[in-house]
Amino acid sequence: MMKCLIIDDDATARLIINQFCSNDNRLEVVEQFPSAIEGMKYLNQVDDVDLIFLDIHMPNFSGFDFIQTLKNPPKIILTTSDKNFAIEAFEYDCVIDYLVKPIELPRFQKAIEKASKVTVKKNVVTVAKEDESKDDLYVNIDRRLVKIGLASIYLIEAKGDYILIKTDTKNYTVHSTMKKIENKLPANLFLKVHRSFIINTNEIIDIEDNSVLIRKDVVPVSRSNRTELMTRLNLL
Amino acid sequence: MEQPNLNYLYKLSQGDTDFESQLIDVLKKEFPLEKEQFINSIESEEMIDAAEIVHKLKHKFSILGLEKGYELAVNYENNLRNNNKSLTSEFNNVLNNISNFLNNL
Repeated sequence: MMKCLIIDDDATARLIINQFCSNDNRLEVVEQFPSAIEGMKYLNQVDDVDLIFLDIHMPNFSGFDFIQTLKNPPKIILTTSDKNFAIEAFEYDCVIDYLVKPIELPRFQKAIEKASKVTVKKNVVTVAKEDESKDDLYVNIDRRLVKIGLASIYLIEAKGDYILIKTDTKNYTVHSTMKKIENKLPANLFLKVHRSFIINTNEIIDIEDNSVLIRKDVVPVSRSNRTELMTRLNLL
Repeated sequence: MEQPNLNYLYKLSQGDTDFESQLIDVLKKEFPLEKEQFINSIESEEMIDAAEIVHKLKHKFSILGLEKGYELAVNYENNLRNNNKSLTSEFNNVLNNISNFLNNL
């Protein structure tokens, strides 16, 4: 049986999809949410959701924004009143089908048939995972390999051909690229919030619209990275 | 003028009267609120907000079998996103028609 989530800001849509699911013994609706943010919070706590019925057009945070926040997305069936998003929808491997509202039962059943047969390829952040067990990073400074405790790093900033690594005790300027160091950092602790900045998410003090305060540094957050940042937060 | 109906609802419910009641209750509860939000948005010239509500309302149009009303809502939503509210009067007529229908259920 597939465990399902319904995310739609329209109560009538949630009710209709829930009705379809309750009449199909292959499906069990475990939760329903009126916003993508609530769905994200729920998915941060559980890992046994097999299928999401996801509305595309929701205020503040669209279905596509939501998909981009998922590291290991389950199967997703998009539900929408717009026919215009179909091409964009199938750019995501996890999207199984695209249902236009008002949804008719035969079309819903066809989507479930597809979902039952398809296996979603999970995205795995291989480099970051390999390094998650490592606690230190060695950097080349004046022909010496200097050990830096990963947990002591709170901010990394691009400086032309160099990167500036800021730690509890000292700042290091290293000849490297943001891409290289990003691949050496544990993905669960560090996040690139701008093309020139990587932050230690444990060091966040507060967040405004387009910036985050890391200790005394105000760091810009680009629009494309904001979604990922929001998923890391334990939002109330 | 095209009249709302419950044909889609009956097709969905397949005789499940509890579901029928639930869906009608949600429609009766949500529709007046969304209609009011829409009117306020139009009065305050908040076109994007109005377009967002029209987007939500058009699903209800389709649930109530209003095919022409749905097409009108699609065009009106697009117009509002382009700062054009020329179909407001026609859209209001559909809203009032639905209000009457829901009030008599």
